[in-house]
Amino acid sequence: MIIGVLALQGDVREHLAALAECDVLARPVRRPEELDSVDALVIPGGESTTMSKLAVDFGILEPLRKRVAGGMPVYGSCAGMIMLATDVLDGRPDQQTLAGIDMQVRRNAFGRQVDSFEGPVEIEGIDGGPFHAVFIRAPWVESVGDDVEVLGRVTEGPATGRIVAVRQRNLLATAFHPELTGDLRVHRFFVEMARAAETTEG
Amino acid sequence: MSEQTSSSTSNSAPVTGTARVKRGMAEMLKGGVIMDVVTPEQAKIAEDAGAVAVMALERVPADIRAQGGVSRMSDPDMIEGIINAVSIPVMAKARIGHFVEAQVLQALGVDYIDESEVLTPADYENHIDKWAFTVPFVCGATNLGEALRRINEGAAMIRSKGEAGTGDVSNATTHMRKIRQEIRRLTSLPEDELYVAAKELQAPYELVKEIAGTGKLPVVLFTAGGIATPADAAMMMQLGAEGVFVGSGIFKSGNPAQRAAAIVKATTFYDDPDVIAKVSRGLGEAMVGINVDDIPVPHRLAERGW
Repeated sequence: MIIGVLALQGDVREHLAALAECDVLARPVRRPEELDSVDALVIPGGESTTMSKLAVDFGILEPLRKRVAGGMPVYGSCAGMIMLATDVLDGRPDQQTLAGIDMQVRRNAFGRQVDSFEGPVEIEGIDGGPFHAVFIRAPWVESVGDDVEVLGRVTEGPATGRIVAVRQRNLLATAFHPELTGDLRVHRFFVEMARAAETTEG
Repeated sequence: MSEQTSSSTSNSAPVTGTARVKRGMAEMLKGGVIMDVVTPEQAKIAEDAGAVAVMALERVPADIRAQGGVSRMSDPDMIEGIINAVSIPVMAKARIGHFVEAQVLQALGVDYIDESEVLTPADYENHIDKWAFTVPFVCGATNLGEALRRINEGAAMIRSKGEAGTGDVSNATTHMRKIRQEIRRLTSLPEDELYVAAKELQAPYELVKEIAGTGKLPVVLFTAGGIATPADAAMMMQLGAEGVFVGSGIFKSGNPAQRAAAIVKATTFYDDPDVIAKVSRGLGEAMVGINVDDIPVPHRLAERGW
């Protein structure tokens, strides 16, 4: 199994390193033909408007949408969460997404960079205690559709209760950046999701 | 006064302004282009072109050069106008050592402060104590020692300096090569020679030792100064930059919107000459350049900062 990391912009290297530590083959994906060669994909943190624009300009947006609709496992962190959402609030009017997870995501919801923070988040289905989560100009999930599982919420501070981790079938998204903290549990969870999808697809 | 460097605060209340969220912010900008803008209209053009952030300043370096005089932080009204015009991060420049300009920029809600040699320095001995701020800082460097002194003062991102406002990329290549070369040299030294290496670099031993082990700076390294074409940006990426600042190169050119978009694309596909060739076509006039050699030494911006 090969997991790609969408490498149009953002913290690609950190995700590649985290996946390598989970003992899977990982490689950057920028072109449609590179997307064809991977079984699952991580969309990194970065600037979602830039990623969206480059995905359109380099003709990878439609192939990505097709793979997502076809059941390819995808994990998105921060900007990756925005890219996976059906609906973006406070984005650019022309901002394109993969519309994979039925949710409304608010961009830069916690505020500007001076409001970026580290704090604890519990994630359902992942053992080992709360995550030490890093939020950087992060989005949160405003609302979700019936088929979306809410996996994690902020548990401390002014944003308590806000949804920051979700899953819908083979799609996983977090508003925070596990790739920055060396805690591999989210990546391992995603690798297991991708392996399970591989065996069911046969 | 002091900020924690890398607190591990599991299970406790949320904390802002940590080294991790400051440095992490720069990680999210990697592979992107940050563009100098002086008005909200220019900021919109930059965002439309795919910039990952904009840098608000009073005048672009080419105009600072042409007009002379003291160059300072932008008007707060202008910065606020830019913040309101775009949804991408907004950076702004403060003068070297001018900690009150930095306080004002933090109060305005800018996302990153560039303590910049492009503006007239406010203190010829001390840089700003950047640990004292919640907002992160980027600083310029011409060599590894300078980069490490800035990181020691709390910089969360480094940009190699070029000669801003010239459209001449030669200083950017010199400084990027120099920084990378000095990092490579450290990784090849035996441990007992790192003490002297730290002394020669005029940098803290702990940082020197860390770099000798990891082979990279502990913060993101961008390039800046004199970048005017998609090929310039791609070359700097191939030389090891993790992203690009473009100053006068965009809004002093014939067709800013198209050139901005082309530089963004060339930065993403920096290793693909076919893409760079394609986006370089029909861009109109590049900014009129000045050779760095033609600038009298006292007017060279890269030599400010120490």
